[in-house]
Amino acid sequence: MDDLRHDPDYTLFRPILEKDRRFLWMVSVLVGLIGWSIYMYMRQWKYGLSVTGLNNNVTWGFYIINFVFFIGVSHAGTLISAILRLSQAEWRRPITRMAEVITAIVLMIGGIHPIIDLGRPDRLMNVFYYGRLQSPLLWDVTAITTYFTASTVYLYVPMIPDIALLRDRTTKFRWLYKFLSWGYRGTERQKHILERAMSILMVLVIPVAVSVHTVISYIFSMTLQSGWHSTIFGPYFVTGAIYSGTATLLVVMIAFRKMYHLENYLKEIHFRYMSILLLVFSLLWTYFTFSEFLTGVYGNEPMEMMVIRFKLTGAYAPYFWSMVTLNFLIPLIVLTNKKLKTIKGILITSIGVIIGMWLERLIIIVPSLTNTRLPLVVQTYIPSLTEWSLFIGGISIFCLMFLIFSKVFPLISIWEIKDGRAEGLEEAKGRLESYLPDQTLAEGRVQ
Amino acid sequence: MTKWGMVIDLNKCTGCGACVNACRIENNIPNVGPEAAHNGRSMDWMQIVTEYDGEYPDIRITHIPLLCFQCDNAPCTKVCPVHATYQNSDGLVGQVYYRCIGCRFCMAACPYSAKKFNYAEPDVPEEYENHLNPDVTRRMKGVVEKCSFCHHRLAHAKDLARYEDRDLRESDFQPACVESCPADAMVFGDLENPDHTVHDLKDSSRVFRLEEELGTEPKVYYLKKEDK
Repeated sequence: MDDLRHDPDYTLFRPILEKDRRFLWMVSVLVGLIGWSIYMYMRQWKYGLSVTGLNNNVTWGFYIINFVFFIGVSHAGTLISAILRLSQAEWRRPITRMAEVITAIVLMIGGIHPIIDLGRPDRLMNVFYYGRLQSPLLWDVTAITTYFTASTVYLYVPMIPDIALLRDRTTKFRWLYKFLSWGYRGTERQKHILERAMSILMVLVIPVAVSVHTVISYIFSMTLQSGWHSTIFGPYFVTGAIYSGTATLLVVMIAFRKMYHLENYLKEIHFRYMSILLLVFSLLWTYFTFSEFLTGVYGNEPMEMMVIRFKLTGAYAPYFWSMVTLNFLIPLIVLTNKKLKTIKGILITSIGVIIGMWLERLIIIVPSLTNTRLPLVVQTYIPSLTEWSLFIGGISIFCLMFLIFSKVFPLISIWEIKDGRAEGLEEAKGRLESYLPDQTLAEGRVQ
Repeated sequence: MTKWGMVIDLNKCTGCGACVNACRIENNIPNVGPEAAHNGRSMDWMQIVTEYDGEYPDIRITHIPLLCFQCDNAPCTKVCPVHATYQNSDGLVGQVYYRCIGCRFCMAACPYSAKKFNYAEPDVPEEYENHLNPDVTRRMKGVVEKCSFCHHRLAHAKDLARYEDRDLRESDFQPACVESCPADAMVFGDLENPDHTVHDLKDSSRVFRLEEELGTEPKVYYLKKEDK
C-alpha cells in the first residue's frame, strides 16, 4: 500500500506489514518451551500430583503462588487504563492498548492455574454440578470469569476503529479485520456509540477488577490459618496486584519500544509518569506490609509469631528480605533519584518488582502451611522440575501470545493517537481554560 | 440426636501405636513407601505426636494420638467447593471420594492437619488384595481422605440394632483404634447419652481440647497428663 508509507504513524503499522526474522525465531523457542511444559503436565495428569514437591502439610505450592501472581499481574492493564481514561490523562494514549492486552492474556494463564493444581482435573465439572456458593473457590470462579469477559470486551471495543483502519488500508488478514470491525466506518453516530460504550465499560471494569483480587485473597483469609486470617488481605492483595501489574506494563513497554522502534510514541515522559505510579504503589505496598507485620509482632500471639519468625528470621528470611529490597528499597532509591531514573533504571526496578511480588506470594502461602498449629514434623517444600516447567510454560505463553498479538493488531491505539493530534490538543486547552478562574469576573472584583 | 465423640486419657497412653496400625488395617490405608513417607506424604489417618518436657534426666514425655476431630463447626466443610466434605446426619464429617476434585482447600483450612491427599494412585500389592476391608471404599489418586470415626461400623451397628429392635448400645459401635488400645486410653461413645462413659469423662477436671479457642468444637477430648 503506497499511501500508508506516507502516513505519519507508519511505524505503528510496520510490525503487522513487514516480515521479521526475529519474530519466527522467538516464536519457535517459545513454542518449544510451551511444548515441554505441556509434556510435563501430561505426566502430571498420568501420575497425579506426586510429580510435584507438595506434601500433606504444604498442600499448596507453585501452582497457587503463580495463580495469585498471574492474576495480580493482570490487574495492570484494565485497571490502569480505565483509571487513566477516566481521569482524562492525555498521556495515556499510547499506553492503554498494551495494558489491556496484558490483562486479557495473563488472566487466561492465571485462570488455568487452579485447574492445573487440581488432583482430579477430570472432575472439574463437579464445580458446576455440585457447586457450593459458600466456598471462596466458587467466588473465585465467578469473579475471574466476569473479569475475563469484561476485560476482553474492554480490550476489543476500543480496538474496533483500528481494525476498521487495517481493513481499509492493508491487504493482510482482510477476512479477519472485516469480521472483527463489524462494519465500522467511523461515522459520527458510530463514533458516539463507541465512546459511550467505552465510558460505560471503564466505569464497570474498575469494581470488577478490585473484587477479583479481593476474592482471591479471601481464599486465604477465610481460613483460620495463622498468617492468613487477616482482614487486611483484601486491599493488600489488590495493592500488590496493581503494583506488580504496573511493573509488568513498564517492562512490556520498554521491550516493545526497543523491538518495534516506538521511541517516538513511548517517550521519556510516559516512563516518568508511569514510574511515579510505580513509586506510589511501592510505598502503598510497604505501608500495608508494615501494618500487617507490626500488628502481628505487637500482638505477640504465639501461633502468629511462629509464622512471622519463620519469615523474618527463619528459613524464609532470605526470601523475605530480598522481597523488601526489591519491592521497597530499590524502587525508593531509583525512582526518587533523577540520575538513576533512566529507562534502563526503570527497567531494572520493574523486573525487580515483578520478582519481588512473586516472592511476596511465596512468602504469604508457604510459611503458613509449614507452621502447623499442632507440633507436627513438616517437610520443607521444594518445588519439583514439573512445577518449574509449568511456571516457565506460563511465562512463555504470555510472551508468545503478546508477540502474535503485536503481529496482527497495532500495539498502540492508532486512532486514539490521531484523535489526540486532531482534537485532543484543542480539547485539553479548552479544559484547562475552564479550570482557571474566569478572567472578566476576576477583573471585575478588583475594581 | 446422638453426638459421637472420643475421650483420650493421656495419662494412660503409652504411645505404642496399636491404634495407628489398627486404623491402617481397618481403613485400607495404602502404604506409600519410605521415599514418599519421608517427603511427608504418609497416608495414616492417625498419628501419635510425642512431646518432651523438661531437661535430661527429668524428662516428661506425653504421647498425643491425633485423628480427625469431627468438629461440630468444621472449617473444612465450609470451604469445600463441591460438597465433597460435609457434616452427615450422625454429626460426623464425611468425605465423598467420588466427588472430590482434589483442590485441597479443606486441607489448607483444617487447623489440625487431619486430612491426607492421595498424591499418587494407591499401591496395593497383589497379596494384600484379598485382605482388604470390604466395608471401606478404596480411594483413588487425587482425592482427599481422613479419619471417619469408622463410620462403616456405625452403619453395621445401626442395622443390627434395628434387626434386634432395640436402641444402640455403647458396645455396638466402637472405632478400630479404640477397640485396639491395650491401655484403655481411648473411650468412645455418645457424648450426650448419660449411659455412655464418655458423657461423664468429658466433664472431668482434666479435660481439654486442642485449639479449642478457634471455636471449631472438636468432638475429641483429651485428659491432661498429670504427674504421679
